[in-house]
Amino acid sequence: MTDLLQQLLNGLSQGSIYALIAVGYTMIYGIIQLINFAHGDVIMVGAYVALGCALMGLGFIPSLAVAMLTCAILGVIIERVAYRRVRPVSRLAALTSAIGVSLFLEYTMMYFLGADLRTYPAGFFPERTYSLLGVTINNKDLLVLGTTLVLVIILQYIIYRTRTGKAMRAVSFDGQAAQLMGVNVNSTVAITFFIGSAMAAAAGLLYGIYFNTVQPLMGLMPGLKAFIAAVLGGIGSVPGAMLGGILLGMTESLVAGFGGSMYRDAVAFIILILVLLIRPTGLLGKGAQEKV
Amino acid sequence: MGRVEAMLNLEDVNVHYGAIWALKGINLTVGEGEIVSLIGANGAGKSTTLRAISGIIKTSSGKISYQGEDISKTPAHEIVKKGIAQVPEGRRIFANLTVMENLELGAYIRKDAKGIKQDMEGVLDRFPRLRERIGQIAGTLSGGEQQMLAIGRALMTRPKLMLLDEPSMGLAPLLVKEIFSIIQEINQDGTTILLVEQNARMALQIAHRAYVLETGRIVLEGSAQELAKHEDVKKAYLGG
Ligand SMILES: Nc1ncnc2c1ncn2[C@@H]1O[C@H](COP(=O)(O)OP(=O)(O)OP(=O)(O)O)[C@@H](O)[C@H]1O
Ligand SMILES: [Mg+2]
Repeated sequence: MTDLLQQLLNGLSQGSIYALIAVGYTMIYGIIQLINFAHGDVIMVGAYVALGCALMGLGFIPSLAVAMLTCAILGVIIERVAYRRVRPVSRLAALTSAIGVSLFLEYTMMYFLGADLRTYPAGFFPERTYSLLGVTINNKDLLVLGTTLVLVIILQYIIYRTRTGKAMRAVSFDGQAAQLMGVNVNSTVAITFFIGSAMAAAAGLLYGIYFNTVQPLMGLMPGLKAFIAAVLGGIGSVPGAMLGGILLGMTESLVAGFGGSMYRDAVAFIILILVLLIRPTGLLGKGAQEKV
Repeated sequence: MGRVEAMLNLEDVNVHYGAIWALKGINLTVGEGEIVSLIGANGAGKSTTLRAISGIIKTSSGKISYQGEDISKTPAHEIVKKGIAQVPEGRRIFANLTVMENLELGAYIRKDAKGIKQDMEGVLDRFPRLRERIGQIAGTLSGGEQQMLAIGRALMTRPKLMLLDEPSMGLAPLLVKEIFSIIQEINQDGTTILLVEQNARMALQIAHRAYVLETGRIVLEGSAQELAKHEDVKKAYLGG
């Protein structure tokens, strides 16, 4: 029983990180129907920027803020330089461009910073553990859960309660009709990249702390898993991406915890295939409804 | 209506969709306060004309001027700010948003909270059915209600010129009448109207002037009364 609780807690933390990444995937897909393959690498850049801040002696929250802002701007630049012009040509062209951006980010980082594993400095986030009902609670879990919760609440607020959020939802539903309301589609797309990439940066920092590694290819696996989470939840749906992330994290953790750690990664893909077979629109994807 | 006081003026406007030449040198004028109707068969280029005016598609040549200013290169979202609203063909409401949110998006370009609130009340008074369904997801509205929402949403931009693309499409005869009388009311309240219609009979009843479009060219123009009596129009659009 405590084992189960322990696995669920680990899964929840892991899943929160997936969820943060998945919302970016899904928002960007929702608005321009592009699988932004570079999204995973934005996570990595975020982790490095935060590492730089940490080495300069900044604390967690300032480092988080700097990483989010840097990646938000990076996201806007990526969209402007690599996607805006190719998007109207074809989806395949945009997808190819996205893969190019992904490789560019990975190997630029490798060139300048080397491929070594790095970790956050010891004093950056001192680990503590608590015990509750036999379950070991690490303060890393609390950090991940707390940060995710705050960010998700802010995101929900932006999407559902602000004028900008309304414009984002309108553009994702029908860009031309949104233009007829005076919405500037290009800047709305840019804002979406801004927000999605900021979330990815936060995920990068949390991932780096949680697994104690920062390296140029660190975004690949979580990026892929978060993509699966987004499809699982119904690509284009923000609540779906969150649900998909949490479910995927929990499932992986349960599989790993009960002796299947070798199959952990395979499970994600098996789930993806099953969901696509049974419910191609994902758990919360209702086709046109509730897209963002 | 003299050319001098024209609110909207299209001069030799050409539009291409790739290899398709959709508008072949359109000349058209809408005077302030008028209801001008644009009629024509399927594929004649009526919607294309409205899309070009709204800046949704770019003209390949020619000039579109609005209140004396050339707007043919102006981006669509800026054109709305200048006071041109469009109720597009097929309504194009945001089916994933609520009725309220759709109307709020109409006011997206505006900052005058008080005026927005007033206009919202005005729209809801004009369309009481929308008031009853204010919190409902717009995709669940009936076709007629969606058309009302599309018109209401355009009114929320507080337009000087309203472009309507087949507002009667798919509506029951009684509702068509209601929509047309609402268009007349909107016009009487001071909004200039450019109305695209398949329902030529109704359109010519409320319009001051009209143009007939055939495969990308204007083939007839005149006062609505004249056109309603014109043999060619009767034969082609009024059923004999
Ligand atoms: N997006 C597009 N791509 C290519 N061709 C188009 C496109 N939109 C319209 N056309 C073509 O341009 C011509 C004019 O179309 P338009 O939609 O303006 O006609 P319409 O008069 O509004 O017709 P309807 O009464 O059926 O709505 C048609 O031949 C149509 O096939
Ligand atoms: Mg049309």
